[in-house]
Amino acid sequence: MTVNGTEYTRDVEPRMLLIHFIRDELELTGSHWGCDTSNCGACVLWLDGTPLKSCTALAAMANGRDIRTVEGLERGGELDPVQQGFIACHGLQCGFCTPGMLMTARWLIDHHPHPTEAEIREAISGQICRCTGYENIVRSVRWAAEHPSGAAS
Amino acid sequence: MSTAEPDPPLGYGSMRRKEDTRFIRGQGSFIDDIKLGGMLHGAVLRSPYAHARIQSIDVSAAQAHPRVRAVITGETLATRDLAWMPTLAGDTQAVLATDKVRFQGQEVAFVVADDRYAARDALELIDVEYEPLPTVMDARQALDPDAPVVRDDLGASNHIFDWESGDAARTDEIFAAADVTIAEDLLYPRVHPAPLETCGAIADFDPISGKLTVWSTSQAPHPHRLLYSMVAGVPEHKIRVISPDIGGGFGNKVPLYPGYLCAIVGSMITGRPVKWIEDRSENLMSTSFARDYHMHGEIAATRDGKILAVRVRVLADHGAFNGAAQPTKFPAGFFGVFTGSYDLQAAHCQVTGVYTNKAPGGVAYSCSFRITEAVYLVERMVDMLAFELDADAAELRMQNLLRPDQFPYTCATGWVYDSGDYTSTLQLALDKADYTGLRQEQAAGRERGELMGIGISFFTEAVGAGPRKHMDIMGLGMADGVELRVNPGGTAVLRIAVQTQGQGHETTFAQIVAEELGIPPDRIEVVHGDTDQTPFGLGTYGSRSTPVSGAATAVAARRIRDKARVVAAAMLEVATGDLEWEKGRWYVRGDPDQGRSIAEIALAAHSDLELPAGVEGQLDASCVYNPPNLTYPCGAYVCVVDVDPGTGKVEVRRFVAVDDCGVRINPMIVEGQIHGGLADGIGMALMEVIAYDTQGNCLGGSFMDYLLPTAVECPSWELGETVTPSPHHPIGAKGVGESATVGSPPAVVNAVIDALRPFGVRHADMPLTPAQVWRATQGRPLRTDLAQS
Repeated sequence: MTVNGTEYTRDVEPRMLLIHFIRDELELTGSHWGCDTSNCGACVLWLDGTPLKSCTALAAMANGRDIRTVEGLERGGELDPVQQGFIACHGLQCGFCTPGMLMTARWLIDHHPHPTEAEIREAISGQICRCTGYENIVRSVRWAAEHPSGAAS
Repeated sequence: MSTAEPDPPLGYGSMRRKEDTRFIRGQGSFIDDIKLGGMLHGAVLRSPYAHARIQSIDVSAAQAHPRVRAVITGETLATRDLAWMPTLAGDTQAVLATDKVRFQGQEVAFVVADDRYAARDALELIDVEYEPLPTVMDARQALDPDAPVVRDDLGASNHIFDWESGDAARTDEIFAAADVTIAEDLLYPRVHPAPLETCGAIADFDPISGKLTVWSTSQAPHPHRLLYSMVAGVPEHKIRVISPDIGGGFGNKVPLYPGYLCAIVGSMITGRPVKWIEDRSENLMSTSFARDYHMHGEIAATRDGKILAVRVRVLADHGAFNGAAQPTKFPAGFFGVFTGSYDLQAAHCQVTGVYTNKAPGGVAYSCSFRITEAVYLVERMVDMLAFELDADAAELRMQNLLRPDQFPYTCATGWVYDSGDYTSTLQLALDKADYTGLRQEQAAGRERGELMGIGISFFTEAVGAGPRKHMDIMGLGMADGVELRVNPGGTAVLRIAVQTQGQGHETTFAQIVAEELGIPPDRIEVVHGDTDQTPFGLGTYGSRSTPVSGAATAVAARRIRDKARVVAAAMLEVATGDLEWEKGRWYVRGDPDQGRSIAEIALAAHSDLELPAGVEGQLDASCVYNPPNLTYPCGAYVCVVDVDPGTGKVEVRRFVAVDDCGVRINPMIVEGQIHGGLADGIGMALMEVIAYDTQGNCLGGSFMDYLLPTAVECPSWELGETVTPSPHHPIGAKGVGESATVGSPPAVVNAVIDALRPFGVRHADMPLTPAQVWRATQGRPLRTDLAQS
């Protein structure tokens, strides 16, 4: 599979979860494992351009496919606007849900460049944050939508 | 809403967090992100029964698994005198069960294997024979003469403690003579803090040096080190406890858990590092729950609404082991602050703690040592009084709130509230909410059959434990140390005994030093969460970081400022009395150009400059801060809900929160803390509960069953602030980490009950799920902690 533009080939047990493969085998530990049941979204990454809860997908299902994780957001040393937004608007506290939130936020803005507050809340409603009460996550995503080229725009 | 300025302030103010740069890149270092060479993986076998005698454990098949390195049972531990461990409440808890299991999910065996999958496989190969025993799941039956005894290792009863506070006789007199008295049973159901990161540890024991290193999800690394030393027999100086990045704590990560100790024993047996990470179900079913308070509350008042007294009896369900993490002399935590924010003539509470066949814990989930329960009790009782008197809930509070001139105020149970301006705080919240307009809208809506509710709560918190004379945990006084060093180049290193689980210590503690010394926050490194690197202190919980360690930091910085004055005087060849301070430099009074910056002074302090006799060189200081009193934040919350009359579904339309936490170091971070606590309140009031069936099966053992609020259940929070500095705190700060979690549940519940006024509903227990609300309108609300037959 391709992860953040790099191709990886590994032999894995058929039962290995994608989140464990990414974290334990590839040592990309930005995506987190929070609940096992697809409820919390700490494990959200992109599979072929679509956000996926990787705790309930098998690594083998990603065979030959394209994955993007939080480690793949930064491009050429430049933080993605969603990353900048989360810093500017205090969109994170403990940081555990943050990678998953960032991946969903990036996807949302890619597909809906000017999301309303309700659309942002809906987009992240499958993910749990225990620290922020969501307010500043919503603000962070809006900041990113308003600054498509980051802080310079 | 506070937003960070791009340039950091030279002290207090909204500032971007220093820790964010790693987290937004996925470069945090959480416990499960850490990988050591040769590391093995552990997994815990847990009991399927809530109460059963263990007849036999056969581990032979598990031991024969080719990737298994060790299988540990209670028997293994008993040979090392490790089968039981002390809890922070002075009880003992089984590490791995030897005689019987006492709650569903209790630890029975531990497997160490090459990888996490093999460890889980091997659990399936362990054969345990259980003899199921009758259970006690309802705290109200725990003291029945024929109740099954949970702790037959201790005695023949499920009784743990009786504790009381206040003047019983005086309270009874007032109740007997009062115009109006109201009584109600209120359950604060068992809930779980559910930090998004579960608990875990990596233990690495080096048999040559005898050094044990434990990375763990610990909110209290220094006390944990002492406990490990007591239990594992490794001397304290040979133990290093490291709390890496922690994915939320909320009190869940204060206690010591059997899994941590199993990882340590696993490393001792195998000679390799052992990682243990629990899964979500293990976290929800076995680690520290919160609340489970069965309260019988009473309030007495005059006919015209003057509140006279509050009386409460509590049955506290502590589960199978008394694992409550709280100051030792306070078995019911700080529940004694149930006098709330009102000028009472008398108050009395009586709390009885009992064992049941449920998971241990009790003090967690941002509860400020049970003030959550206390505030819920008094704020519900005040609303019930308004209901009975047909009074307005806001006016009734305004009539009874403490006045600013009454501070410092000694409440009827003896707590000394340091400062506050309660009436202004409530008025601001009412104004922000347009309370009058809301009531008009509600009246008009009721005509159309709409169920809109407005709920108010006013809370007084008591945080920053605490004065060591009164407060200790296992004999450890609750004072915190800090060490601050200004480097020769003018940067600084601050070592603190508390650590962040998301609160942003790396930023705010640097801001405290910046405010005191004028060193920019980005030139101050904050070291935390490592017992080898930091001075002793009790850890981060109970909103104590800023009140205790924040105070220590300010005091240490001021000591450095004083020392810098002596150095500056030597540099400028003037008397210290001739120098004046402005942020970042000492200068000669009347000649502002003649001065030395803190960076210049730091360099000189390390140089060949001749200092006055008795003055040591360099520029460092330490402080152990022993708080003279707790700090007392307060707040006024207004919640507006709409209830669907057909389904009972509650929608939170608005939430106004005015908090007074004294001086705000970083307003952006303070507001973030409040936001999080408000969401907690919606969760607890409307959806969260760890319930059990009569056999002791946990009905909240996954996020499919234990519901947490998401972005669509939360409104956009509307915040306001008043600032009443704490008079005894060096920077006037009071702490805020738990205020909103403490204050918001009664606001939501009061709003829902207010919405149900047309049905004559006076009270219904949390969580107010659609079913519970609908049943309340039918006059038969549920017991939410037990499965309904």
